Amino acid sequence: MSETINLKLKIWRQKNASTAGRFEFYDMQGVSTHMSFLEMLDVLNEKLIREGKEPVAFDHDCREGICGMCSMYINGRAHGMLKGTTTCQLHMRHFANGETVTIEPWRAAAFPVIKDLVVNRSAFDKIIQAGGYISVNTGNAVDANSIPIEKAKADEAFDAAACIGCGACVAACKNASAMLFLSAKVSQFSLLPQGAPERHTRVLKMVKAHDEAGFGACTNTGACEAECPKEISISHIARLNREYLVAGLTEKGN
Amino acid sequence: MNKLNSNIPEGDLETKWSKYKSTVKLVNPANKRKIEILVVGSGLAGGSAAASLAELGYSVKCFCFQDSPRRAHSIAAQGGINAAKNYSNDGDSVYRLFYDTVKGGDYRSREANVYRLAEISTSIIDQCVAQGVTFAREYGGLLDNRSFGGVQVSRTFYARGQTGQQLLLGAYSALSRQVAKGNLKMYNRHEMVDLVKIDGKARGLIVRDLVTGKMERHFGHAVILATGGYGNVFYLSTNAMGSNTTAIWKAYKQGAFFGNPCFTQIHPTCIPVSGDYQSKLTLMSESLRNDGRVWVPKEIGDKRKPEDIPDEERDYYLERRYPAFGNLVPRDVASRAAKQACDEGRGVGPSGLAVYLDFRDSINRLGRHVISERYGNLFEMYAKITGDDPYKTPMRIYPAVHYTMGGLWVDYNLMTTIPGLYALGECNFSDHGANRLGASALMQGLADGYFVIPYTIGDYLADEIRVPAIPTTHPAFEEAEKNATDRINKLKTINGKQSVEELHKKLGRIIWDYCGMARNEAGLTKALQMVKDLKKEFWSDVKIPGDTNEFNPELDKAGRVADFIELGELMITDALMRRESCGGHFREESQTEDGEAKRDDDNFSFVAAWEFNGEDQPAQLNKEPLQFDVVHPTQRSYK
Repeated sequence: MSETINLKLKIWRQKNASTAGRFEFYDMQGVSTHMSFLEMLDVLNEKLIREGKEPVAFDHDCREGICGMCSMYINGRAHGMLKGTTTCQLHMRHFANGETVTIEPWRAAAFPVIKDLVVNRSAFDKIIQAGGYISVNTGNAVDANSIPIEKAKADEAFDAAACIGCGACVAACKNASAMLFLSAKVSQFSLLPQGAPERHTRVLKMVKAHDEAGFGACTNTGACEAECPKEISISHIARLNREYLVAGLTEKGN
Repeated sequence: MNKLNSNIPEGDLETKWSKYKSTVKLVNPANKRKIEILVVGSGLAGGSAAASLAELGYSVKCFCFQDSPRRAHSIAAQGGINAAKNYSNDGDSVYRLFYDTVKGGDYRSREANVYRLAEISTSIIDQCVAQGVTFAREYGGLLDNRSFGGVQVSRTFYARGQTGQQLLLGAYSALSRQVAKGNLKMYNRHEMVDLVKIDGKARGLIVRDLVTGKMERHFGHAVILATGGYGNVFYLSTNAMGSNTTAIWKAYKQGAFFGNPCFTQIHPTCIPVSGDYQSKLTLMSESLRNDGRVWVPKEIGDKRKPEDIPDEERDYYLERRYPAFGNLVPRDVASRAAKQACDEGRGVGPSGLAVYLDFRDSINRLGRHVISERYGNLFEMYAKITGDDPYKTPMRIYPAVHYTMGGLWVDYNLMTTIPGLYALGECNFSDHGANRLGASALMQGLADGYFVIPYTIGDYLADEIRVPAIPTTHPAFEEAEKNATDRINKLKTINGKQSVEELHKKLGRIIWDYCGMARNEAGLTKALQMVKDLKKEFWSDVKIPGDTNEFNPELDKAGRVADFIELGELMITDALMRRESCGGHFREESQTEDGEAKRDDDNFSFVAAWEFNGEDQPAQLNKEPLQFDVVHPTQRSYK
């Protein structure tokens, strides 16, 4: 494999939420194949600054695949073509010399563009605020080992809790639904005994917040699961649906 | 006259905290509603503090620069969280956790604080489990533990390699619940740009909305900083790209003393630098040293593939030098040994700045599936970044900046030298002395936020209940906002030739070369001048694109790097002053015959608390003597 490659970048540029955006093209010469995708954009930005142009704005922070800040649509795929990988963990060795790489922001009505590739994902916070917690004040807890939890269930709850809240599921969904994100939290708590007292009210409130935030409905296409960098299973959406159905039947006044 | 009062309660070490809790002043519920508290940072310390204080009924505002409080850098912590639960029945106790932490910190921390931390550790686990945090469990359904470097018990609770993430999501959920209840207001994409002081007390903040560039004024009866570490002063570190020193640096310049700024932790096992485009370094968890063997070739300049070098021509230098602890020596010791091997010319990889971490023997002994079960996600991450398969060829690793033990000086109440200003978690000078043990950062962040500050802040606020909210039209707010705006306009108008990144890289190079793993008088003296020159260069040649009234990450970064440069000067000053070696601070002039760190307790058994003395003036040193009533300092030995 060659140590450096040349690329043509086609990047979405948009000054702010109220201005129309457009694609712009940039030539990148001598990109080291050991670079991460974001480092490649750092190099582009340094070049743009030297030329007196505006660098490309993009969200990023931990650069080790866990904070969920980076959010790019690369060649028509959320976080690019590698399975189970965030943009910051995608490296240039997976691109071919001479390739055109298209980079876009997440596109969803509930995630308005702030600038270039940066979007506003506070709708996710609103869903969690609606019920994505167990109501326990600091100091109320009993000894940790007085709540034994079956290992298989604890592991499955962990699989759901591994969600990094990046929004790839929404970006990948043709309906811009956030059901995978929402179901991961509902599923985590419905698998745990600590979550039982609020099980019904939680799911009803969170689904309501999801719909109010402008996310679309789930039609079981499975694009979310395919693009999720943490490989969260769509089976959590099935559990969410069961929880929602039972809650709707048992809760009064909802 | 010493300006420092650590306010450590009287009495036996074991009963100080419980007595304090039963006698501390309280604020009644009706008064709490009228009291406003500002929290900067939403990580383990800030998130847990904001949530717990809002639960108590205070009116809380919390600020973070990320797009959501869930993204604070605590999220990236891998290994685990210590707690003296003794679930493993291996003889652990509050005392042992306390002792290990004081010894691991090379006897440069405060006994009373560390004992309280060890005491609280058990409640943290209970609290997190109650919140639904998914710790690893055994088949019987109870919690699992593992072991970490520098200790002889299994007291580390973990959630695969993502413990920080799970704990932070717990704090985030508690915080979100208070937002929904209306007790807490969250300000995302907001950065603190100055502290407002009125009559000597912390009374508010100037924050900048990073989307619109607008300045905002917020009043608070008290202000809590929980803004993490300043490792990015080195440019390359395991910190997130946005981690910065700005909040604590502004506090320092307003009169909060800065404790032990030169105490930084260089973590031994990180993926080495691969090129000059490198933006950050990735940690490979300390737990790998349980099964990986560290080595370099015996011969200088041996360029053969690692598989082709026979055992007798390899130097397993940690096992050779430290037979008692072997590959599991504490972080500072392992990092220095790796540097020495590379300095001798025996480093490996294209740059020669790496050593091998080899799993061949463990794979042969235990089988690939066992290693994969234990470290699968880390091996995958390594392969993604480097393109090498660590099951077939050894990992290449090198030390990298990871954690800063130094930070704002605080008393037992976690209050800085400015009344009403508190510092929690990594941003205070901390309970870790000169070296932090693995899995103790998460413990401290959550102890401070959930269990310490809710008590100690009441002691201060009980006397503030008669103070009505001060309108933000007060001249102190006017002035602070004007200063902050002027500074941003000044930065923007320089319009020089160098980008913020270029200048930040220059700073990182200086600090890494002269104030990194090994430090000496001549190098530090030279570096001090270099940083002063760099400050001038920055303020005359930085180039910032875009406008001040829009989303402009380059402008945000410029403000942070300007503060890092000033902090760099203070770090070097502190390292020059401390003419002893201790923990992560290695002065070449102070070493034992076989090259180990040599403390000088007669002259340096104190916390260095630096006081700002005006722009371009040397900082003033204040000393808090360290008293050891229970643990007796000895030369640390892991041989």
